[in-house]
Amino acid sequence: MARIRSNAASVTFDRVTKKYGAFTAVKEMSLQIEAGKLVTLLGPSGCGKTTTLRMIAGLEMASGGRILIGDTDVTRLPATDRDVSMVFQSYALFPHMTVNENVQYGLKFSGFDKKEVVERARAGLELVGLANLGGRLPSELSGGQQQRVAVARALVLEPQVLLFDEPLSNLDAKLRRHVREEIREIQTSLGLTVVYVTHDQEEALAVSDRIIVMSNGEVAQDGAPRDLYDAPANAFVADFIGEANMFDCKVVSVDKDVATVELGPVTLKLPSRGRSEGAAKLAIRPSRIGVGRAGAANSLPGTLSKVTYVGSHLELLIDTELGQVFAVSDDVDADLAPGGAVGLTFPSRGPVLITG
Amino acid sequence: MRNARPDWPLHPTLVLWTAVGWAGFAILPWYGLNDGILSLSWLFDGYPLDSDVAPALFLNLQGEKLWLAPLGVLLLLPFALWGRPKSDPLFGPALIAIGAAGLFWFAFQGFAIGLKGFQYEWLVSTFGELGDRQFGMGYGALLVAGAFLFIFTLGIAARGAIGGDEFVVGSIGFVIAVVAVFIFMPIFQMLASALITEDGTYSVNTFLGKLFSREIWGIDCVTGGSRCGVAWNSLVLAILVGVLTTLLGLVFALMLTRTGFRYGRLLRALTVLPIITPPFVIGLAIILLFGLSGAVTQALDSVFGIPATRWVYGLPGLLIAQLLAFTPIAFLVLIGVVEGVSPSMEEASQTLRADRWQTFWNVSLPLMRPGLANAFLLGFIESMADFGNPLVLGGNFDVLSTEIFFAIVGAQYDQAQAAVLAIVLLFFTLGAFWAQRFWLGRKSYTTVSGKGDSGVHPHLPKRLKYTVYAIAGFWTLFTLVIYATIFYGSFVTLWGVNHDLTVSHYVKAFAVGWNEFGIHWRGAAWSSFFTTLQIALVSALPTAAIGLLTAYLLVRQKFAGKDAFEFGTMLSFAIPGTVIGVSYVIAFNVPPIELTGTGIILVVSFIFRNMPVGVRAGVASMSQIDKSLDESSLTLGASSWQSFRTVILPLLRPAILAALVYSFVRAMTAISAIIFLVSARYDMSTSYIVARVENNEYGIAIAYSAVLIAVMLAVIGIMQLVVGTRRIGRRGLNADADLSQSRTNVSQSGVTPVGAG
Repeated sequence: MARIRSNAASVTFDRVTKKYGAFTAVKEMSLQIEAGKLVTLLGPSGCGKTTTLRMIAGLEMASGGRILIGDTDVTRLPATDRDVSMVFQSYALFPHMTVNENVQYGLKFSGFDKKEVVERARAGLELVGLANLGGRLPSELSGGQQQRVAVARALVLEPQVLLFDEPLSNLDAKLRRHVREEIREIQTSLGLTVVYVTHDQEEALAVSDRIIVMSNGEVAQDGAPRDLYDAPANAFVADFIGEANMFDCKVVSVDKDVATVELGPVTLKLPSRGRSEGAAKLAIRPSRIGVGRAGAANSLPGTLSKVTYVGSHLELLIDTELGQVFAVSDDVDADLAPGGAVGLTFPSRGPVLITG
Repeated sequence: MRNARPDWPLHPTLVLWTAVGWAGFAILPWYGLNDGILSLSWLFDGYPLDSDVAPALFLNLQGEKLWLAPLGVLLLLPFALWGRPKSDPLFGPALIAIGAAGLFWFAFQGFAIGLKGFQYEWLVSTFGELGDRQFGMGYGALLVAGAFLFIFTLGIAARGAIGGDEFVVGSIGFVIAVVAVFIFMPIFQMLASALITEDGTYSVNTFLGKLFSREIWGIDCVTGGSRCGVAWNSLVLAILVGVLTTLLGLVFALMLTRTGFRYGRLLRALTVLPIITPPFVIGLAIILLFGLSGAVTQALDSVFGIPATRWVYGLPGLLIAQLLAFTPIAFLVLIGVVEGVSPSMEEASQTLRADRWQTFWNVSLPLMRPGLANAFLLGFIESMADFGNPLVLGGNFDVLSTEIFFAIVGAQYDQAQAAVLAIVLLFFTLGAFWAQRFWLGRKSYTTVSGKGDSGVHPHLPKRLKYTVYAIAGFWTLFTLVIYATIFYGSFVTLWGVNHDLTVSHYVKAFAVGWNEFGIHWRGAAWSSFFTTLQIALVSALPTAAIGLLTAYLLVRQKFAGKDAFEFGTMLSFAIPGTVIGVSYVIAFNVPPIELTGTGIILVVSFIFRNMPVGVRAGVASMSQIDKSLDESSLTLGASSWQSFRTVILPLLRPAILAALVYSFVRAMTAISAIIFLVSARYDMSTSYIVARVENNEYGIAIAYSAVLIAVMLAVIGIMQLVVGTRRIGRRGLNADADLSQSRTNVSQSGVTPVGAG
């Protein structure tokens, strides 16, 4: 019985640029994706993440720089000759072929004999749990099933790199969670190199070993999911992943790695993250802001302007001297009403110094 | 990297084309054969040594036609790349050099040495008289030219163009080459021949004199003289037809979408009429009704005592005939435009307190403006290019398209004059074509997006609605009378004189008998009928193939110069059939390409006249196929050719069928180009009918026309059935969507100018 194995290889971008006429979609991008890891390209639409993915696939040719898969330079190689498979947003199942024919399609062009083509296709369909639907046409499958056929079709070729282009965007919310766990499971059990594109930050946080946040054709930040959320490098990342309050502040002194920061009347001691004395910016997640009674020590005084009950928690808008602050409170029974005076406190792990 | 292909010492594609080149050079006869290659009689006429049928290699070995030898030498050069892979830096440039040198020498020797030896003075003065000559090129030459072309494109692909894709680069090269040879070259040769004076020298002054002569541009009729120049005649007619067909088309489109008219399907069926009707048939029916001995004329004479006149021959008759013939085309264009105006725009207007009339006048109509201009330009081009109706109905009202014809076939045989007239005609149609593409192309107000728009088009104001009904009703009734007249007329002994019913016309044209050899096709029309069927069938496949290939390149590939490529391939839209006919006669009458009098020239003219239809059908349906389908095929390891074959072609099946049938039908009803190109051996139905009309044998002409219409109707009907049912079983859930899509393909192709003929 044939089994799907992995030929995972790394992907390297060496100052890769992609231009469409005068427009630069990707600027001098360098990155390294280790073999066997799931790396997500995350960013708003138009940030160049899909272009990056298509350059790995060979569907777009880089205007400058080098692309390596494993140790091989593939910069000039067309898609046909690259050992890369892709799962498309629309799934791109061939509507005139059955599920079996779809999964066998790539195998037929890879020089396997007939028997092996059938066996491998069957193994692929078994892996995604659709072995009994091989005779159907794609139009006779549900969205989730089509999705899995697309994955099987890409997997059976045992590609060096497997690419996903927003694979879940056509599924409903519940199915989305289920399928993303399946994809992650197959990826870890086979040890595949996967590059995954999405604009959904929750999805990215859930499936990735590493996330590369892109903005305007450049890498905005590259790191583990938790790093990105807890320690965003700049305002863009802080704002794009989750919600954040952004404040202007002043770094008074830096001692080793600890900076003393003045935020209005409040003084904080935070990791300096390479910042020196002077004006700076501070990002704080709404959930990291404590809403306590007015006049508490080292707190920012404010007035509640809006209180919204959303079931699991309260959403609060507070007017302060630094502008409006967005905070959440898990205590849905707290006695908070618009007009009430509160004091905002900032735990040491919450606020993060960022660049502009 | 992925596919462990066996390592060829020489790139397999290069091996293929070098082999083809050698087959052409050393095996097939180099020059054209009188009997055609398929008769195989050349094999017994002294092949391979006799110089009439010898391959180039054997000619050279016998010391003849030595100017062909460099081609053989060039065909040896690819072997010098033995052992070098495609990625070798020398591979691409070397092939480009070989291919370019081969193509250049091929064309140069073809044009430089003709029936009378050297064709150019400077060659004679440099080398002296050649003392030898050559005829038109044949299949050997064709293969060698193909080999050099594809060696050239392989070289370009190896340099990395379009991701190094041999299939795509080769296809682009192929389409450019055939369009250049069969559209641009004849047109340029025609332009050149316009410069030739009667004593055979070139003169710009004479040309300008002819171009601005009074015959063409005179305005005597305004200043009190008898007649105006043909250019003004054509222009006036074309503008009138453009305006009126646009209005009529708008009337029908409004009636279909905004009056709650319930028989829309029937109305859409009307659009099939111009596709299945040979262009001059309407003119013929007008004569039967309003001519000197026409039914209406005689009735008016006997009832009201209005004397019969020849009023219908000329502008009025032409106008009526062309309005009937071309209104469906305007309708097809405008139905899309009228439906394209988003109902929510109109609903928004109504909620803003505009009444129906104000909404229509201030919102709906302005949004349709680009569509109206488009319909006008199409009507304009159609009218300019129409040849059949002016031929039978023109009387003393000369128009450009028929004047070109008479310059060539008349007693004068003035090739230069025909070319000058063709230039004027081309100027008008290309101007309109240019305006349509570059001026209108950027202005589309189509406001319906891909997303569902749940609104409903508001109905027209009452008074407008009844006006629309009245006009459309009248037009439809008139059309029915026309077709009834043709049907009835085919059974009348002698129209206007003897109205006894008879089948003698059908017997005369289509009698079948028996003799000792089996079925004997006795009727006079059978020969041209079978020739037409044969030519139309043979030309349908290459027409559809080139059309779809071009569409694939346009929709799916990105390459430098794509806009020019598109313009070039769609250009033959705007080239009237008469112009193509004249330019083919001028270009393909002498070596290097000698085709006049053969069936091939008919096939070729159909392929390139109808190619835009295939392109449009292909573009329309290919745009419906998600691009990610071919991309996923590519990432799964299929090459672009394999993707085209296994993914795109099967999905395009309805479009392919539609393109096939459509080019077949158009080939059967065309007249303008082929009337120049038919020969005794290859006569076509339409030119046969026109000849009968000119001999006043109306009966047989009408009977033949009726048969043609019936055949076309059957073909279109069968196609609709096949295309309609094929997908339901196969596609399950999507069947409905696909069905409508295939329908649009058919009508989409109908949007394209039908006539120019």
